[in-house]
Amino acid sequence: MDVSPALPGRRAAERRIGRSRASVDFDTVSESSDASTGRISRAEVAHLARLARLAVSEDELDLFAGQLDVILGAVARVGEVAADDIPPTSHAVPMTNVFRADEVRPPLPREAVLAAAPDVEDNKFRVPRILTDEA
Amino acid sequence: MSDLTRLSASEIAGLVASGAASAVEVAQAHLDRIEAVDSALHAFLHVDTEGALDAARAVDKQRANGDALGQLAGVPLAMKDVVVTKDLPTTAGSKILEGWRPPYDATITRRIKQAGIVMLGKTNMDEFAMGSSTENSAFGPTHNPWDLNRIPGGSSGGSSAAVAGYQAPLAIGTDTGGSIRQPAAVTGIVGHKPTYGGVSRYGLIAFSSSLDQAGPFARTVFDAALLHEVIGGHDECDSTSIGAPTPPIVAAAREGARGDLSGVRVGVVRELGGEGYQPGVLASFQAAVETLRGLGAEVIEVSCPHFEYALPAYYLIAPSECSSNLARFDAVRYGLRVGDDGANSLEDVMSLTREAGFGPEVKRRVMIGTYALSSGYYDAYYGQAQKVRTLIARDFATAFEKTDVLVAPTTPFVAFDIGERAADPMAMYVNDLCTLPASLAGTPAISVPCGLSEGLPVGLQVMAPALADDRCYRVAAAFEAATEPVLAAIPELSG
Amino acid sequence: MKYEEVLAKYEPVIGLETHVELGTASKMFCGCSTEFGAEPNTQVCPVCLGLPGSLPVANEKAIESTIRIGLALHCSIATWCRFARKNYFYPDMPKNFQTSQYDEPLCIDGYLDIRVGEVDVRIGIERVHLEEDTGKNTHVGTSGRIHGADYSLVDYNRAGIPLVEIVTKPVAGTGALAPEVARAYVTELREIMRTLDVSDVRMEQGSLRCDVNTSLNRPGEEWGTRSETKNVNSLRSVERAVRSEILRQAEVLDGGGKVVQETRHFQEQAGDTRPGRSKEEATDYRYFPEPDLVPMAPDEAWVESLRSALPELPAARRSRLRDELGVGAADMVHMSNAGVVDLVGATVDAGAPVGEARNWWLGYLAQQANAREVEPAELPIGVDQVARVIELVAQGALSVALARQAVDGVLDTGASVDAVVAERGLEVVSDTSALEQAADDAIAANPDIAEKVRGGKVAAVGALVGAVMKATRGQADAAAVKEILLKKLGASG
Repeated sequence: MDVSPALPGRRAAERRIGRSRASVDFDTVSESSDASTGRISRAEVAHLARLARLAVSEDELDLFAGQLDVILGAVARVGEVAADDIPPTSHAVPMTNVFRADEVRPPLPREAVLAAAPDVEDNKFRVPRILTDEA
Repeated sequence: MSDLTRLSASEIAGLVASGAASAVEVAQAHLDRIEAVDSALHAFLHVDTEGALDAARAVDKQRANGDALGQLAGVPLAMKDVVVTKDLPTTAGSKILEGWRPPYDATITRRIKQAGIVMLGKTNMDEFAMGSSTENSAFGPTHNPWDLNRIPGGSSGGSSAAVAGYQAPLAIGTDTGGSIRQPAAVTGIVGHKPTYGGVSRYGLIAFSSSLDQAGPFARTVFDAALLHEVIGGHDECDSTSIGAPTPPIVAAAREGARGDLSGVRVGVVRELGGEGYQPGVLASFQAAVETLRGLGAEVIEVSCPHFEYALPAYYLIAPSECSSNLARFDAVRYGLRVGDDGANSLEDVMSLTREAGFGPEVKRRVMIGTYALSSGYYDAYYGQAQKVRTLIARDFATAFEKTDVLVAPTTPFVAFDIGERAADPMAMYVNDLCTLPASLAGTPAISVPCGLSEGLPVGLQVMAPALADDRCYRVAAAFEAATEPVLAAIPELSG
Repeated sequence: MKYEEVLAKYEPVIGLETHVELGTASKMFCGCSTEFGAEPNTQVCPVCLGLPGSLPVANEKAIESTIRIGLALHCSIATWCRFARKNYFYPDMPKNFQTSQYDEPLCIDGYLDIRVGEVDVRIGIERVHLEEDTGKNTHVGTSGRIHGADYSLVDYNRAGIPLVEIVTKPVAGTGALAPEVARAYVTELREIMRTLDVSDVRMEQGSLRCDVNTSLNRPGEEWGTRSETKNVNSLRSVERAVRSEILRQAEVLDGGGKVVQETRHFQEQAGDTRPGRSKEEATDYRYFPEPDLVPMAPDEAWVESLRSALPELPAARRSRLRDELGVGAADMVHMSNAGVVDLVGATVDAGAPVGEARNWWLGYLAQQANAREVEPAELPIGVDQVARVIELVAQGALSVALARQAVDGVLDTGASVDAVVAERGLEVVSDTSALEQAADDAIAANPDIAEKVRGGKVAAVGALVGAVMKATRGQADAAAVKEILLKKLGASG
């Protein structure tokens, strides 16, 4: 089956990647997408874009809705692995208690702090008016 | 004098140390080469001519004073633009950071400078290291010196092209899902991803914090080991930095070059091969396995059943972490600001800036990560992906019970045409099939050239257990010693 | 509706989230100074400015302080826990995520016993966790507030200072006492922080900040919807905020309305709460374990060594004051009502006799607090400084009048007692010849009064004493002056 009928430029040869018995079965990923994630709607993409502070265009909403749907369908395959009793891994070499002593180190010079700022006033970073209250 | 740009890093270091060539001559030769060919390759985003010559002069002065020189003193290096360099433009390939000159050095930048290595400039890359072709750079693609119509790999494609194109004998790359190994493979050079925590991440502009690792590119395994030794080792500024010395990689590269792998058990990963891989790639890989056997290695087939989940796990973890890591680009403290017309609110300006400053692949991944971390989805996506990492690490552990290293092709295919996969994210993502398991497990892996397919380089990937980077270097050096140098076949760039 | 009527109909449930800035020398994840009041953006580095590439390394002292707070609040200490990223965009947050703790706090499940009047209340502690503070926004425009501002300015000096969040379990069943319970809890918590020496807990500087959750329900019914009140910047405000929320919610409920779950802001002037600007959509913080930090695993030996090194906590000190130092029950009530029990105890611990400590805190210092409309504990003077004043008086180096001037100096400038004494030249004039001269001058200048004293009206000498004291700018010992004057006038006191 086709992973992404809506997307141009996808070649049959590429779709066959991982068809073999033992390697990554790339095409089946979208099958689980319907079950696990459902279609990503334009509205959901718009919501994600707002959360991520991206002023995406109308055209992008369509493009990303299609692409995110395919990708999220593919990655949902992680759910196929029965892993209830498996602990998560966050770091390859487990370490704990990496601390520093409570010692003061020199700060950056203020010119360096402010040098790259888009706008500065009174040695502070100037930003346009803020709409939302603090969290 | 023979062309200084054709020499290996250790050869150059020898000339500089003996006084047969000055560091300034060496730097100038490479700057001239960049001048001549970079309009064709576009490996560099910024060439620091003055800084390079200053650094070279300092090395020459040290030598004149009789000061001890580092093992790579006077050797030029190309730095991936994701690594922070004080007062030098650092963009990570993104418009959102265009013009930013950091007020500090990354730990590896500092170590490179202290070693007397001469930084020539900053190399092109996929924006924020997201990609496998360098086409996602906001500043245009880099071209593969083997065929200018093809990609040099990615995300560290500028670095791989610079080394393969004789602009620099050494380069720094970063590898999150294969971004050192895959570009090394498709440009016919050596690239190593160290054990996670083996090289400091302080000053690497973060893509995926739990996966990112900086590592060396070189034209020989030995050179790569020398550079790795300079940048490696514990750093108190990186909490995830391993508190142990770098494994004896330089000695291992020397040992390997003797060409004897007797007693070394080499595992061939059944799941990394087969249908979907280009036949020429598989043929080169098979020949490489035979070469290893010929060097005395014992070859064993192993199975790593969970490797097939590496790709979905990676494309959850990396986007999740990047969605958070890239939140800081908000038009307040540095970088681009768009839409500040006096009427727009800060929220609008942030959104307009990020929309204008990020390319499509970055936006896609930020949104996927935002989705995967959302309440209600976290367990099924990010949480489950972290469990898959455990399973992949266990597959490695099981395999390493009966083997010393694992081998696989570095990539399923040779360098493809620029534009060929750009429109389809999933077609691009499969580039990483073979490199992702070691990324997720945090284990070291090297790519060493193993012949040509259709006239283009193929990479052999050698993977080792965590902290055993020396095994990668030993096996790769032995293989290198037993095979014809692939780069001998690279076409001359007109320049 | 009157407060008493409301409480006859509804039962309040409160909860408190208290943020305490730790008094470490350096920030939570970098070596920048935490000093208060520095020039804007002078205490920042790549890490706390969130520059690309920078990485955090956790401050051991901050973790230790958090564990000590947890132990003082009878919490269990996690054997393994992590930091998490709390993701949301706000310009005072350099990374647009806050490094905090989510479902794995360092300390859980403790309690704090407090006493309101004659009522003992045990406040359950849900969790104590560690996070980083944000920078500070200044809103520029006619309003000076976020609403209606033209633009804002950001200073990141505060960003990254270690911040401990202490969250109570819901506190129910305290009825009309709820506002006082809230205040007593914060007061006691603050005393504990002081005693542990982990923070200067100055509400006016924001090193102790409090959010108050309030809900109402009818007896026997489920708990109501709660509001969260922020911007509660003094102990008095804690009490007022709860009281005003109780009244406001009762009005809403009585009118048939529903209480909305929302964030409100306490208005210091008006004494009521106002809604914050509602967000477009519910915030999703997308917490996940901070991959740039490794887990914390405080081992038992470390925790036990911290536990055994805990100082005597305020409650124990109070009972010691009562039992060992013999402060009478009436005095305890008196001191308790004035909010100075712990201050007296701490001043005693700093070396002062209990009687003197009591007199200062119930007397002059209480007056000063009253004049400044703050709690005695909020006066900008440390117990060590009070103990020093008492010591100087006992040594005869300061008269009581001079001692008060010295205290005024400390309160005004924040300098130490010794510095104020040195700077203002506050020393008792014990040079007898100088006093003799001043006495002669006073007698010469006031012949009528002198004559009265000579004639036996000894009480009239007070005016002459006053004149001498004035001439010596208060630096003489009044008793000694009186003695000299009486002697010169041939009278006896």
